Amino acid sequence: MTALLKSREAILLAAILALLALIAARFPGFVAPSNLVRVFTDTSPLIILALGQMCVILTRCIDLSVAANLALTGMVVAMLNTAAPDLPVAATLAVALALGAVLGAINGVLVWKLDIPPIVVTLGTMTIFRGLIFLLSNGKWINAHEMSASFTGFPRAEILGVPMLAWIAIAAVLLLAVVIARTPLGRAFYAVGGNPHAAVYTGLNVGRTQFFAFMISGALAGLTGYLWVARYSVAYVDIAGGFELEVVAACVIGGISIMGGIGSVGGALLGALFLGVVKNALPVVDISPFWQLAISGSAIIIAVAFNAQSSRGRGRVILRRAEHRT
Amino acid sequence: MSTQSVPRPDEARRVPDRLRSPLGRLLKSWEVLLLLVAVAIFVANSFASPYFLDAWNLSDATFNFTEKAMIAFAMALLIISGEIDLSVAAIIALASTAMGAAAQAGIGPAGLVAIGLVCGLACGAFNGALVTGLGLPSIVVTIGTMSLFRGISYIVLGDQAYRGYPPGFAWFGQGYVWWVISVEFVLFAVFAVLFAILLHKTNFGRAVYAIGNNPVGALFSGIRVARVKFILFLLTGLMSGVAAICLTSRLGSTRPSIAFGWELEVVTMVVLGGVNILGGSGSIPGVVIATFVMGLVTFGLGLLNVPGIVMSIFIGLLLIGVIALPRLWAMARRE
Repeated sequence: MTALLKSREAILLAAILALLALIAARFPGFVAPSNLVRVFTDTSPLIILALGQMCVILTRCIDLSVAANLALTGMVVAMLNTAAPDLPVAATLAVALALGAVLGAINGVLVWKLDIPPIVVTLGTMTIFRGLIFLLSNGKWINAHEMSASFTGFPRAEILGVPMLAWIAIAAVLLLAVVIARTPLGRAFYAVGGNPHAAVYTGLNVGRTQFFAFMISGALAGLTGYLWVARYSVAYVDIAGGFELEVVAACVIGGISIMGGIGSVGGALLGALFLGVVKNALPVVDISPFWQLAISGSAIIIAVAFNAQSSRGRGRVILRRAEHRT
Repeated sequence: MSTQSVPRPDEARRVPDRLRSPLGRLLKSWEVLLLLVAVAIFVANSFASPYFLDAWNLSDATFNFTEKAMIAFAMALLIISGEIDLSVAAIIALASTAMGAAAQAGIGPAGLVAIGLVCGLACGAFNGALVTGLGLPSIVVTIGTMSLFRGISYIVLGDQAYRGYPPGFAWFGQGYVWWVISVEFVLFAVFAVLFAILLHKTNFGRAVYAIGNNPVGALFSGIRVARVKFILFLLTGLMSGVAAICLTSRLGSTRPSIAFGWELEVVTMVVLGGVNILGGSGSIPGVVIATFVMGLVTFGLGLLNVPGIVMSIFIGLLLIGVIALPRLWAMARRE
């Protein structure tokens, strides 16, 4: 199984490298280190969100509210900043993480305690969060000149030539890799998603595990909310509209099975990077950016077909064939 | 779809021996409850705004939901069978784009309708083939085709728009059959009856329930699971094509962002109508009432100058509340 997963990520990595080589053949500037850093930074929000989404999908749930959570948290910290411009960045970060975690916990509680299907819960909270942004802001935008310099400067501050935003994404990847591989919670994600019944009999609380997955996803979405608003120096109702599907797409492309229990941090990272490279390469190779949606759609379909081929269990094959013959 | 999970062995073993057992009663009471909500909203609206109880206003209000509702009927069957189609709004965009391109080429209203329907069917067939042919999870496939279909629309149109549909084409979205009864409303009613018959009075409908409750069991009892699911995807695509015709005709223009986000509203309608998102239960009358509830809420709040985005809070709360309340009630009763 490990070999299978490894080859999966190797293939994806090879695809990204091939893509880069293809672009580099005609536009060498694209693979210059400074530009690669730019592409990675540009993809960082997607990477961070994909990590959270991965935890949720591993437990057989789905979180469609991440983009709305991002926008709501972003708006709240932006308003906080206009009200108290001297608030240190550390406090803003804490508020963003905490608020995001609370919003994620709302999803988690509804799934855990009321047993409502996650897709319904997060579909509902998605629209509610967006609505709340409007109620909070009265539909107004918060623009760059209303934000303090330290607030907007943080994600762009460079360490070793790499912006803070990218460092945070790297930190999130490392942190999640440890959580997933080295903590009971991380192992529980796999157990719960792989076989919920067996998980119960081994003493795991399925609902509680899903709750924590939602909370992690929410906290990361909240964090991204601040980074997003600060990076683009604007907050309004519709920021990151539809981004939740791109996040799910990154996970699917990264080989995370929507049926739960299969996936890795590396997969989520590579899936997000694949989308990020495509997105940034299109204008460079002079293809209209309007192609991006269709390309990522095709990538999702190909990836999921590929996932199904490589992860089809033996016990199921007979049944599936019988089903197909009809 | 993810199956909700904490196993309760004793509950799992309790197999109903009659079809109209407590589940049937529960569903019935669900629709009654929903109807009461609809009536309450109607009364509240007529008190809240003096403009509400006006035949033409009410007629206008139906445009809020008729197009989405037509898709919701097909989506209800699909969800009952345990699948889902999130690409419906993208199918509208693609079908509308195809019709727009055809209109530019000088094709008449009848041809445009045919193109819209065929485009919808083709998209549905594509989804169905991926899900039943390759055995892929429908939620991911349709998230993918959602990007793909709308993406094609963006490639064709970019930031442009198609206008200039032939005059006769406006009839579908703007025409009236009699007095305030619009063409769209008649279509809505006809499809409601057709889908109700299909789901509740035919073998096909029974098969849909059987598949939703236990696909393996359905397979072994001789139901052609893959074929039924494929037909359901076709139907959903076809209804999206119908909705595309109505919407394009009503707006008189096509942009790639047309009907953006509708898939979630359609799913909300279906779930609000009492259809189990995990498959196996639900009814068309429930969905019909749910469409009225959503239409009345949006229209009533609109008359009160509540912005659309705030209405979405109500819709979201409605969606969660309507599922959470019976469960909370059941939990309270158990204790």
